[in-house]
Amino acid sequence: MRRYFGRKLLIYGLTFFIAATIDWMIPRFMPGNPVQSLLSRSHVAPDAVPALIAYYNNLFGLDRPIWEQYLSFWGALLSGDLGRSVYLTGRPVTDVIMSAVPYTLALLVPAILLSWWAGNSFGAMAARRRWLDNAALPIGYILTATPYMWLAIVLAWILGFIFRLFPISGGYSYALEPTLTWTFVGSLFSHWFLPFASLFLVMFGGWAIGMRNMIIYELDADYSRYLEALGAPTRLVRKYAFRNAVLPQITGLALQLGVIVSGALVTEIVFSYPGIGKLTLAAIQNEDYFLLQGIFLFIIVGVLIANFLVDIAYVLVDPRTRVGMSGRSA
Amino acid sequence: MSLQVTNLRVYYRTLAGDVRALDGVTFGVADGEIMGLAGESGCGKSTLGNSLVRFDPRMRYIEGRVELEGLELPIWDNAAMNDFRFKEVSIVPQYAMSALNPTRKIGRMTAELVAARGIPPETIVPELERRLDLVGLSRDVLDRYPIELSGGMKQRMVMVLSTILNPSLLIADEITSALDVSTQKAVAEMLVSFRDHGFVKSMIVITHDVSILYQIADTITVMYAGKLAEKAPTESIISAPRHPYTRLLISSLPEVGVRYAERRLAGIAGSPPLLLDPPAGCRFRDRCPVASEQCLQEPPFVEIEAGHFAACWKVA
Repeated sequence: MRRYFGRKLLIYGLTFFIAATIDWMIPRFMPGNPVQSLLSRSHVAPDAVPALIAYYNNLFGLDRPIWEQYLSFWGALLSGDLGRSVYLTGRPVTDVIMSAVPYTLALLVPAILLSWWAGNSFGAMAARRRWLDNAALPIGYILTATPYMWLAIVLAWILGFIFRLFPISGGYSYALEPTLTWTFVGSLFSHWFLPFASLFLVMFGGWAIGMRNMIIYELDADYSRYLEALGAPTRLVRKYAFRNAVLPQITGLALQLGVIVSGALVTEIVFSYPGIGKLTLAAIQNEDYFLLQGIFLFIIVGVLIANFLVDIAYVLVDPRTRVGMSGRSA
Repeated sequence: MSLQVTNLRVYYRTLAGDVRALDGVTFGVADGEIMGLAGESGCGKSTLGNSLVRFDPRMRYIEGRVELEGLELPIWDNAAMNDFRFKEVSIVPQYAMSALNPTRKIGRMTAELVAARGIPPETIVPELERRLDLVGLSRDVLDRYPIELSGGMKQRMVMVLSTILNPSLLIADEITSALDVSTQKAVAEMLVSFRDHGFVKSMIVITHDVSILYQIADTITVMYAGKLAEKAPTESIISAPRHPYTRLLISSLPEVGVRYAERRLAGIAGSPPLLLDPPAGCRFRDRCPVASEQCLQEPPFVEIEAGHFAACWKVA
């Protein structure tokens, strides 16, 4: 057990190192210059430009040789400093990310977990009722196949524009200041609902189809047929089939949870929702090295942690992995 | 008679029409009898075995009666059959190696299965452990997952599990096919000891390997193209087969102590008819060396001497 997790941790450490290096490289090899675009936005007198460029290059450390930048990147990273955002004129990257994270988490965690739970339950149910299978499964396929942006826009149009049930943009009403009052919480909720519902619907269809297919496969497996030949009640056979069918779904869930911190880029853009996804877009558009680097780093760590948690979960639910790591052969 | 099957017909539903895999078979299995069921692939032997336990969704009951211990088995009714499965009629399936749920410890799965059949699991534990000792499995297999067992161990575990409720009839479907010869022999002897210990009253051992049957079976029934060709005590089938198909089948087996350097083993020329639309009359007609006009009529399956049945005009 310890050897298994030791090896896993080593692999995760190595992955982190390589990913962080690539993360540092990507913005620097992008075309364009962040300091130039910063200055071009802020109406500086033309003769002051060279001086300002030199000043900012020095401030952000961009005038130093590339290997020195790389070493200082690791030095700062290990002391928990992700640098300062160029585009938000000097706010620490950590602060910027942290202010966007709650929105992303509040949107994606419930959407992913609820759609996983509901989709799997529904898929398992569809696998045993023909009418449900025939009637509801096509809906699942349509939901999954629908281009997400289109679905989101349709939802916003029907529920937000025609029926005026929910606001269609922002994280809370622009007329409010963030305070801990019921009005503000209510505003948060009504702004949260549409992005949540659109994500939920799309993911729900995918989980339901996957689960339905897995259950049908498991019910045809030898162990199911043997139980039936021994007169086991349907309840027991289904229970076993469900438990085995859910294993690949757990892997799927892990992958989804891993990219959670990257936010739902499209959702957040369609609904102007102030999460990590929208921040990523802004960072790219403004060539903000440090912000982009920080966001990617955040995503890398998120994916690694989620994978590690799933490794542990798998050991708990699937005995075959346990046998594999203790080295006992079948 | 422990088991009496009368004129059983089971077809497979396919898009092209009904495949007559089991086309009117009548036979009996006595108390304590181990009946071997032999025949080539696709002759309907597994269909016969499955139809006594559980119909595959594609199988269609046409007609026939199955009586076990004087009670009629409702083989056409999947739900009603549940009362008999495991307790009265049980199976060691062809796929014994993958028959156990991979994500449950074997002991727990056994307990859950037995409990689901309305028997308190703790009441069978002493017997279960006794039988594990008998087949040479250590008791701690109950605390392991199927993946931790070898193929042979899984096979023995399935044999113990299938017979734990002392069924009247056990169907062993090709259980030696995937094993090497020494393990085959051990498994075959285990089947005999299960009968001798009274774990099962009688048994149908389905295989295409006649030599295994020679070691363990009391009687051998030979099937051909969905029908019974011959049923007789093992010695008679091996030394004095009457049906031309059985004769050719036996003569195509190698004999111990005989060298085959100078002559080739005889096979049976041709291949069995398609069961989608089988020819009228005797189905072996086209491959039979002694076929004649009379064989256009279907031969009845009759007792030609005490305990020896055959379906051929030439031996009646």
